[in-house]
Amino acid sequence: METDWRPALAPAVLLRRDGVTGADLLVMPERVVVLNEQAGAVLRLCDGASTVTQIVDRLLADHPGAPVAEEVPVFIDRVRGEGWVR
Amino acid sequence: MTGLPRPWALLAELTHACPLRCPYCSNPVELVRRSAELTAADWARVFGEAAGLGVVHTHLSGGEPLLRPDLAEITASAVRTGLYTQLVTSGVGLTETRMAELLDAGLHSVQLSVQDADPVSSDRIGGRRSFPAKERAARLVVESGLPLGLNVVLHRHNLDSLDEIIALGLSWGVSRIELANTQYYGWAQLNRAALLPTREQLARAEPTLRRWRDRLAGSVEVIWVVPDYFEGIPKPCMGGWGSLSITVGPDGTALPCPAAYALPGLDPPSVRDRPLAWIWESSPAFNAYRGTAWLPEPCAGCPRREIDFGGCRCQAFAITGDAGRTDPACALSPDHHLIKELTEGGDPAAPAELVYRGPRRRRGAVGEVMVSAPPEQPIG
Repeated sequence: METDWRPALAPAVLLRRDGVTGADLLVMPERVVVLNEQAGAVLRLCDGASTVTQIVDRLLADHPGAPVAEEVPVFIDRVRGEGWVR
Repeated sequence: MTGLPRPWALLAELTHACPLRCPYCSNPVELVRRSAELTAADWARVFGEAAGLGVVHTHLSGGEPLLRPDLAEITASAVRTGLYTQLVTSGVGLTETRMAELLDAGLHSVQLSVQDADPVSSDRIGGRRSFPAKERAARLVVESGLPLGLNVVLHRHNLDSLDEIIALGLSWGVSRIELANTQYYGWAQLNRAALLPTREQLARAEPTLRRWRDRLAGSVEVIWVVPDYFEGIPKPCMGGWGSLSITVGPDGTALPCPAAYALPGLDPPSVRDRPLAWIWESSPAFNAYRGTAWLPEPCAGCPRREIDFGGCRCQAFAITGDAGRTDPACALSPDHHLIKELTEGGDPAAPAELVYRGPRRRRGAVGEVMVSAPPEQPIG
C-alpha cells in the first residue's frame, strides 16, 4: 500500500449512524452496508487527510494491544477493492 | 413492535404524469390525476415519518418527477431528514438550471432510464422523441459529480441490443446499470404478447451479460432482474411483502409494492389519513402477505419459503386471479402451466402492436386500445 495514500470515502458513499440500531452504515445508491463497530471506527477516520499509518496510530491509542497494525491496512485495502474508499 | 422488520426504502411516486408513454410502465393502468397529488409539505411529513421508522433510502420517482415544479423543495426536505435521496427520471426536463437546483437541494444520486441503445428505437419504445434529452441529462449528472445509474427495461424489442446498451451506459459514465427484464403487470400485462422475448433471445443475452460482468467487476455494477417467466424460480418480490420497502403514490396511497394498486380488496391505507408507522406496522394491507404464516401449499412446506416468500403477489393475481396463490412463475406452482403456455407458444414473429401508456377511461376493458396521449404539460 502506498505510504502517502490518504483514504477517503468515495463521493457516492455516505457514512451514517442508523437511527434504529445505532450501528454505522455505509449508504450508497441502492445499497446499504451495515458495519460492525471496528469497521465503523476505521472508516470514520478515512477522512482524506490522514494516511493509513496515522489511522493505525490513532486506533492503537484508543485500543492498545489490539491487532490494529496487521488488520486495519488489509481491511482498508479490501474496502478500496469494493470502491467504497479511494 | 417486536419481530417486525423495519423498512429500508421509500419509493415516492411524486406524480404519475410523464412525457414518455412506455408500454411497460410500472404505474397503474388507472393513473392518479395531477389534482390529487400530495403537496411538498405532505411529502416532507412522509419523509420525516419514514426516517423515524428506519428508512435510509428514498427514490423520488413517478411518472416523471421533474414534472413537479417543486421537486427541488421536495428533494431538500428528504435530504434534511437524513434520507439518501435518489432521483429516478426519464431525463426529459433535466436542464442545467434544474440540475443545479437539485444539487443545491442535496440530491445524492440519479437513476436515468433509457429504452434502447439506438436513438430511433429508444424513442419508438418511449413513445416520443427523448433520446437527446437523455444524453444531455447523463452529461449534466456526471458533470455535477453525482453517481449516475442507468435503468433499462428489457423485452423482445431491445434484448438483442444488450451489448450496445451496456456500451452506451459506459460511454455516458454510469457507475451502475440495472437491466430489468419486464415484469408483466399493469401496462406490461396489456402488452405482454408484444413484449415477451423468446427463449432464444434470452439465451443469446446470457453470455453477453456474463462477459460484461467479468470485464466490469469492481468498477461498474451490472444488475440483472431475472426474466422469471422463463426461469421456473419466482422472485422474492420486494424482498418479501412489507419487509423492506414502502411505496407511496402521488395521492398518498401507501402500498407494499408499486404494482399492488391492482390487487382487489387490498384496501390500501393513505398517508393522508394515517401515520406511516401505523401503515407499516398495523395496516391490514401491509400485513396481508407478510412473513410466511399465510403461505399456501406447496410454499408452506418448501425449503425456499424464507427466500422467495411464495414469489410475487401481483403476479399470482395477474395470472390466476388470486393474489394468495403460489406465484405461477415457480415450477412447483400448480398454475405453472399458465406461464409455460405463454413462453412456449412458439410465437416467433412479434404479434400484437404496442399499446402506449396514456390516460385511460375508468372501467375500460383490458385490451382496449389507448394511444396518442400528449404529455400533460410542457416541460423543460
